[in-house]
Amino acid sequence: MTYENAIKRLEEIVNELEKGGKTLDESVKLFEEGAGLADFCDKALKNAELKITMLNSRENGDE
Amino acid sequence: MNLPVITVSQLNLYIKKMFDSDLSFASVILSGEISNLSPHYRSGHVYFSLKDENSSVKAVMFAREASRLRFRPENGMKVIAFGRVSVFERDGVYQLYVKELEPDGAGALSVAFEQLKKRLESKGWFDPAHKKPLPAFPKRVGVITSPNGAALQDILNIIGRRFPLCEVIVAGVTVQGNAASGEIIEAVERFNKEKLADVLIVGRGGGSAEDLWCFNDEALAAAVYKSEIPVISAVGHETDFTICDFVSDVRAPTPSAAAELAVPDIISLTHSLEALTDSLYSNYVSAVREKRLRLELLTAKRSFSEVSGLFEGERRRLEKMMDSINNLVSDAVEKNSRRCQTAAERLNRCAVNYIGAEKLRFAKDVTSLKRLDPLAVLLRGYAAVELNGTMASSVDAINVDDDITVLMSDGQLRCRVEEKRLKP
Repeated sequence: MTYENAIKRLEEIVNELEKGGKTLDESVKLFEEGAGLADFCDKALKNAELKITMLNSRENGDE
Repeated sequence: MNLPVITVSQLNLYIKKMFDSDLSFASVILSGEISNLSPHYRSGHVYFSLKDENSSVKAVMFAREASRLRFRPENGMKVIAFGRVSVFERDGVYQLYVKELEPDGAGALSVAFEQLKKRLESKGWFDPAHKKPLPAFPKRVGVITSPNGAALQDILNIIGRRFPLCEVIVAGVTVQGNAASGEIIEAVERFNKEKLADVLIVGRGGGSAEDLWCFNDEALAAAVYKSEIPVISAVGHETDFTICDFVSDVRAPTPSAAAELAVPDIISLTHSLEALTDSLYSNYVSAVREKRLRLELLTAKRSFSEVSGLFEGERRRLEKMMDSINNLVSDAVEKNSRRCQTAAERLNRCAVNYIGAEKLRFAKDVTSLKRLDPLAVLLRGYAAVELNGTMASSVDAINVDDDITVLMSDGQLRCRVEEKRLKP
């Protein structure tokens, strides 16, 4: 799962809950999924470390 | 007339010798306006005239010199020409053999720049409609710049601080001199061909106009224009403009600014995640509230006889609801994140309020139930009659000599019926 996808789904869930009209079971399920996604995103932001790759012009080239 | 007859060639040769022996023709700096320009595309020689208000003189610039021109000579352009004056024997004309040509006023570089800019603009290469939007969350940021420059360090620092979720792929290239534009073009094309990045930063730190010149290359502009990957151009300082800037999708004033444009900021991401998490919790709580409201509405419609049974059912449902909320709250607390905790505390508060309100309402309803209890009227001085353990509501059920119990609020009376009278 990517950060972008997780945030997208979390937004959907919040919108769904906001709309209302769910059964209690559905609300609980959505909330649980949302809390999991929020946790995932939180960890992703906290633990991220920049990855740097140097492209060597003679390496992996098709020329 | 004893003059010798000479040929045309002899005459022209003689005149040419006269010109060439005069040192003042050997190096001439001439100012004038270009007219009758006729570039000879095959040979590369450039033929034109230089004129002022009254006069004009032929001029030629041979391919060797013309190929070194940074700008394109145009009719009507004011120039300063340096060269020698000599005679073209075949046609019998004297002309200026131009070694160097400079635009009069603006420098050659700035004229060349304006010319290329105008040409590409008319091709539509700077058209806003062609500019691609930058991705909101790039996974890979391609950087094409000098591997040793401060620009690269700035870019890496800023991306590392703002958005460490992504990967930076660096293509080290030369960023000044003759080889530079070729290397940059190659890198842009490679990123595109191998789909190595979601957004590209092409640039370098500050330098002289001469240093930045490779970013004014037409072939480089073509590579940037054709790039499928959005390109952020960041060449030099805020005041430096290059063709690469105009043709790119976004121009950044500096390499640092390019890094800021390329990726979102983790701080604002954290804030919006917090906001999103908060609304997740609050929406969840209001979803549960809504259930309670519906429950209340339903209860209100029930008749008296159903109320007590319903209370039991409602209480059970409430308890279940509270259980699931409490489970979620403790789950959230276990996750141990500070934000989760505050949200959980809020949720908990909501839940406690909710339970409190429910209890209150329940107690109130029980009181009103009691008020409707038939035995409660005894408190007001009335009495009830019981025969063999059942309430008697009519004298029909009771006969003379029956043993009855009279119930009052503070006790009972055992009585024997002596007489029975019906209502007239």
